[in-house]
This record gives sequence, C-alpha cells and structure tokens, in this order.
Amino acid sequence: MPRGMDMSKLDDGTREMRDLEVVAANGLLHRRALLIRGLAFAGAAVGLDLASRRATAEPLVDAQWSLANGDPPPPYQLPSKFAANIVRTNANPDNLPKVTQTRTPLHLLDGQITPNGLHFAIIHAGVPAIDPAAHKLLIHGLVKRPLLFTFDDLLRYPRVSRITFIECGGNSAPLFSPTPMQATIQALHGLVSCAEWTGIPLSILLDEVGVDPRAKWFVAEGADAPHLNRSVPLAKAFDDALIAIYQNGEPLMPGNGFPMRLVVPGYEGNMNIKFLRRIELTEEPAMSYYESQVYTTPLPNGNVYRFFFVSEVKSFITWPSYGFSLKGPGLYEISGLAYSGEGRISRVMVSADGGKTWGQAALQEPVLSKAFTRFRMPWKWNGGPAVLQSRAYDQFGSAQPTRAQFVAARGEYASTPVITAFQNHHFNAVMSWAVTASGEVTHVYA
Amino acid sequence: MSTRNRISAVVVLCVFSTLDNAAEPGATSGHPTGPNLGHPISAADLAPWDITVFPSGRGLPAGSGTAAKGAPVFATYCAACHGDKGQGGLGPVVVSDRKREGIDEGTTTIANFWPYATTLFDYIRRAMPWQSPRTMTDDQAYALTAFILASNKLIDPDFVIDAKSLPTVRMPNRDGFLDRFPKLVPSDPPR
Repeated sequence: MPRGMDMSKLDDGTREMRDLEVVAANGLLHRRALLIRGLAFAGAAVGLDLASRRATAEPLVDAQWSLANGDPPPPYQLPSKFAANIVRTNANPDNLPKVTQTRTPLHLLDGQITPNGLHFAIIHAGVPAIDPAAHKLLIHGLVKRPLLFTFDDLLRYPRVSRITFIECGGNSAPLFSPTPMQATIQALHGLVSCAEWTGIPLSILLDEVGVDPRAKWFVAEGADAPHLNRSVPLAKAFDDALIAIYQNGEPLMPGNGFPMRLVVPGYEGNMNIKFLRRIELTEEPAMSYYESQVYTTPLPNGNVYRFFFVSEVKSFITWPSYGFSLKGPGLYEISGLAYSGEGRISRVMVSADGGKTWGQAALQEPVLSKAFTRFRMPWKWNGGPAVLQSRAYDQFGSAQPTRAQFVAARGEYASTPVITAFQNHHFNAVMSWAVTASGEVTHVYA
Repeated sequence: MSTRNRISAVVVLCVFSTLDNAAEPGATSGHPTGPNLGHPISAADLAPWDITVFPSGRGLPAGSGTAAKGAPVFATYCAACHGDKGQGGLGPVVVSDRKREGIDEGTTTIANFWPYATTLFDYIRRAMPWQSPRTMTDDQAYALTAFILASNKLIDPDFVIDAKSLPTVRMPNRDGFLDRFPKLVPSDPPR
C-alpha cells in the first residue's frame, strides 16, 4: 500500500522555484512545500502533461458498487475487506503458555492515534475476561484509611482525557543487533502505540485515602493471572497518572486492560498496569520480577540500569520503510513518528544522505506532550541511492542519539538476535533506511 | 529549565502536595475532589489482597521450606516448562552456572543477575505455576524458593528458607545496578 505520491510531473516549469527550495542534500525540500501543495496541484492542472494523461484515460465504466445497494451496516463496524491486511502480528500464534507480543502495523497507519484494534499489547498469560461488575480496586499501605472501590463507584469520579503514547521497554530491541535486521517497522518498532485515554486522575483517589507522608512509591498490581506488579514513584501519581477506563472514546480493549488500567504517561509500557486491582503506597520499591529482572538494561561495562522508567526521545521514518518501494524519481513525502516520554517534540530533522546534511520536517498539529507527533518532509528523489534518517528533539533539549553515540554508551549484541526477543531494552537511537537506485528500501546502519 | 531541574521541581512540588494531602485530604490539590465512595476494609479482609514481598522481607508469610522438600514440588509443578533440572524449556532457565555475556539479557540468570532473593518467592507465589497461579501453599513456595536457590549454589543444601532467613540471602549481583534517572527515584531498595 505505497502512499508516496508521484508528483514528478509538477517539475515542468509551471510552479515557482521557491515552492521546492532544497534544504538538505539529495533532494530534501523545505517543509513549506507541503503547505502549498494545493497550489502546486492547481498549477499543474494547466500543464501539458496532465492534458496528455487525460487523453489516454479510459472512459468511465461504473463498477458494481456504484450500480447496486451495498451491505447493511453492522452494529460495530470493521475495516474494509480491502484494508484487511492491516493487522497486528502475534509472536505466539499457538498460544503456548508464555508471553505473547502483538505488534502495531505502524507502517500502514497515518496520523497520531492508533486504532484500538491495532494498539500493541504484551499479553503475559492470555487475555483475562474480567467482568467489571465483579472488579474492585483496593488502595492501601501508607494511607490514613485503606479503601476499596467498585468499578461502579469509580464511574462517578471526575475524569480527564489525555492523548499519550505507551511504549514497551523492549520496543526496537532488534536494533541492538550488530547487523541491521531486514524487517518492517511493525517488526522493528511495533511495540508502541498512541491513544486518547480517559479516566480518573490517580491523585483524586489518593486524596480520599489520605497519603501518609512516609510514602514514596506506589506498587500497582493487575488482576491478570501473573498479578503483574510494578513500583512507581509516588510523584508520578500527583503529576499525570490516570486510571484509564476509556481508550479512544470506548471502553478499554481487553488486551489493553479492560476494565481499567494505570496510565503513567511517558513511562515504559509495563508500568502502565493493566486490569488494575490494587495500589499499595510504600516507602520502598517492591523490586518485582518485572522491575528487578525483566525491564532492566545491561550495559557494556557490566553494570545494569534499573528504574529506567522514561521512554527517551525517539523517532523513525514509517514511509518509505522496509517492504515499500519507490516507483521512479519524483516528489515524495517522507513521513514518520516522533515522541518523547519527557515532554513535547520540538523539532524533527530529516537527512537523505546518511546524516551529513539535515532539513527540518513539518510537525503535524496538535503537537502534544508525551504523544505521537507525526512529521512530514517533502523529498524530490533523483533516482539515485539515498540514506534516510530522522532525528527528534524534545522541548527540554534532549536529542535522539545517533546510532554511533548510542552504541558507544549502551552497546550492541554479539550476534543477530531472534527478532521477537527482548535481550536488552530502551533503544532510542536514530535508524536509517537505504533507498537503492531501483527504489527498494533496506535497513542499514549509517 | 533543564530536564534535571524540571524533574527535581516536580518531585519537590509533589512532596509538598503529599504532605498537604495527609493533613487534609483533597483540600489543596489542583484537581477536582472526588465523591468519596470508597468502602472501608478491615485488616482481615485486606490480608488476602496483600501479597507483595519486599526486599526487606516485609510481606513474607508464616511457613518455611527446604531444597529437599522443594525438589518434588518442582518436579510436579515446574519441570514441564523449566526443564527437569531447571535448564529451561518453554519457560526460562531457573538453574544455571553460566556467566553473563555482554549486554545480552538472554545470558542473565537468577544466580548471575537477580538482585533480591525475595523476588523469587514473590514471583513464585503470585504468578506460578503459569497456568494455575495462586494454587500452591506458602510452604510449597518457600520450598521451591529453597530448591532453586540451593540448585544455583546460592544457599547450602539444608538451609531453611522462611520469613526471617530469606531476606538474609545475598544475591551475587545485588550491587550491579544503577538508577537510570536518580532524580526520579524517591528511595533505593536496600544495598
């Protein structure tokens, strides 16, 4: 489903040169070219080329769908059968008793929001079928009065909505490979998604239980079979933590935590406890399996990072990317995603020559803190080899590291891994797509 | 403001907010007040929920176990996934003397990586056996903990694991961890 537009025929002298001002080597154009695209199309309409295309067009023959009534609309609609290939992958198709990863097809989506059916999920022991009428939330520990809330009770609480991404700490782990793995964005970076989460600010409930001043952490726990639990700094509860009940306007999807989950914007996915049933306020972290072993980050010097928490500033190009090909020289739109667990994306720079020269991409509004930010960059491909990169910066000045910087600090594997494995975590370096003269796209390290 | 300063500012604000809330719930926070619908819960009703075990040993229940008692429990409940000697299978390796290599977590083991022995008991009791968690007794969980620690040569074969002894088991890699963002970490677990 290539979505690049061949606008090469615009280059016929009918538009003004300033529209396609080159800002970096290998054909990257000023982002203003995106704003005046309508104008450019209008200019092209009077060109000779379009007239010649019209002469070769087939006469209109109405298709069947224009000549008869279609199907009745279902109560809950699903995508067109022509978009039925846009699905998550499942790393455990035989449903063996082990963790299951479903990855989002980011290369086949656009905009900022991940549709609910395509939101990534790590499922630890199957998807629990929780009856909300029997689901309760306990808040206890270092509090004045432990309280038990029914799901019905919680529906009466004030709510807020927050568009935020959630990223698995193991997302992009294949990029630790010493050689670039040839795989789609879905396989490489598909464990991140962005949704509008609506729910109760955790701070409201903590006010009601009365926080003991000795409390420094809260330990959140799910009602799934592994009773998955993580320790979260209490400050996060009074910053922006939510107990989410709605996902993109409808109740949470079962694999994303129905009937309710913790959302800690910008913090690694595993801390956003799904099927939330208990919060214990404590002085000390629990050092649960998932925080003391799984989501840690071994370093080349032998030490190990723990309490990584934050998804650091990151970006990648979703089009063009592995699996797509370019159909001849001409004008294309490079598109991708940028996000930072610390705040807003301030800018994204794009290179078409492997990082030697850079041009600034257009950021699609709204640009929100700790949310996906779609960037776009007009590119006039001359048909020669190119190496595409994106590099994101956030509002606090944090820059996405280059691969060389990242590997110097964090290392890489000794050998090529199984692509679905997490043998390290929290990868956020710049990645590169090479475009060959034939228009094929491959993953390279540059 | 730098990221670092911003984070400390957030932490400071939150500490004040916490103190205020403790004094008078809901009085000072910059968010709406809730309808106060929570139900009080007695200590007895709360106890079955309260399953987390901390590195200090807080949360460990009564009971005890040894490696000898754990061996048949392991054979019954664990070997199908973790291998008859804990060498791994569908589930992770739980007994190994291999060394950690490079940055590859595929080479990490309980013996060469896990910082706290309490995590082993906690995870066994909350999540194992994988297909029927919370079905073993506390004594069985203690015995399994002892069996796995002894098989990894982290305790003597006849060492009795209970609420008092488990927190004293010092794991080899306990000091191998660094906080990624120290400013975000309000208190460290015990060294």
